[in-house]
Amino acid sequence: MSRHQLDCRRLLCPMPVIRVQNKVAELQPGDELEVVCTDPGVMQDIPAWCRINGHLLLDQQVRDDEYILHLRVQGDPH
Amino acid sequence: MQRKAVALISGGLDSLLAVRVMQDQGIYVEGINFFTGFCVEGHTHAIRKKDQKKPKRNNALWCAEQLGIKLHIIDIVEEYKDIVFNPKYGYGANLNPCLDCKIFMVKKAKEWMETHDFDFIITGEVVGQRPKSQRKDTMPVVQKDSGIEDRLLRPLCAKNLPQTLPERESWVNREKLYDFSGRSRKPQMALAKQFGFEDYAQPAGGCCFLTDAQYSVKLQDLWKARGDKQYEMDDIMLLKVGRHIRPAPEYKLIISREEGEGKFLQGYRKQYPSLKTTSHPGPLCLIDGDFAEEQIEQAARIVARYSQGKNADAVELEYRDTEGNTRQVKVAPLPPHELKKEWVV
Repeated sequence: MSRHQLDCRRLLCPMPVIRVQNKVAELQPGDELEVVCTDPGVMQDIPAWCRINGHLLLDQQVRDDEYILHLRVQGDPH
Repeated sequence: MQRKAVALISGGLDSLLAVRVMQDQGIYVEGINFFTGFCVEGHTHAIRKKDQKKPKRNNALWCAEQLGIKLHIIDIVEEYKDIVFNPKYGYGANLNPCLDCKIFMVKKAKEWMETHDFDFIITGEVVGQRPKSQRKDTMPVVQKDSGIEDRLLRPLCAKNLPQTLPERESWVNREKLYDFSGRSRKPQMALAKQFGFEDYAQPAGGCCFLTDAQYSVKLQDLWKARGDKQYEMDDIMLLKVGRHIRPAPEYKLIISREEGEGKFLQGYRKQYPSLKTTSHPGPLCLIDGDFAEEQIEQAARIVARYSQGKNADAVELEYRDTEGNTRQVKVAPLPPHELKKEWVV
């Protein structure tokens, strides 16, 4: 298992979702990814993307106007 | 053997229904949503503060979740530029290259279909619904120019069109497809009710900024000012934000209209020189283009005109260059009658 970070600050949805999708495609099941964003839309979109594609959202929080989501890659990340 | 279809998902009702119709016939479906940079979805809602109380769901993701299908969102911003610059079939009422756009998207979906070993493509198109890309005479053009030919099935209007491969091979039952046509949304709404869909995205005049007259004018102004049909992602984002005022051919002002836009524009202050009122509450303004030193005062007078000091004798502003160097500018706000109509883009 390895931990990764993704900076999606200043990107507006759906770009953060696309970046997450492309990053997850490079990762292995069990790997964890922390994504930092500034578009509040990610608080809905990234959890929805995780549910659709079977990945596990571990945590989501707001800190100093930034939205930080933490997910674990599950199964076949295609 | 279960057949597999890839669906073009816009996030609207039609693609939602088209997928559901296929699922009812035992077809395995995954969705593709293309991001061109001009998609209305999300962006402006995320920027403007007044919209921040509204739910900011992405409708394509929402549809996929309702349908229980995987969704692949594909960034085609760079490749799409050629469609915007040189549409073979021309533009619609504004800068919308709808027919070329549809051909391009189906062609990209075909590549995905072949790479992932899927059998055919479905769309939520309805014959006669759109003036350019969804006409009985242009729908075959999409099939031919994209190369997909008869592996493109439009479940909502299939009965109005020639049989496709999935129908001929009995992968799907043509009798259980639909014959919708025209611009009425009633048949789709009735089908949505039948399937139990209630909270779908309402039709709102298209999902692409290029169909918007005001946006198209701003894009044309950008091309004219630069002497070239070019744009970068930041350009097309900034066209969605603020007042755009061009007091001289060589430069343009992008002035925030409310707090959310001001906050968004702040993120661009390392790329563009900016003006911000300091003596009175007021907007943030980015200056785009090549301007002379003496034009800063003119720009400042215009920005001051949109501040709470618009009726004051003088307003102070901070001018900031892209290196972060700042200096104060004191000006008389421009009276409304001096703001020429032709400056407003």
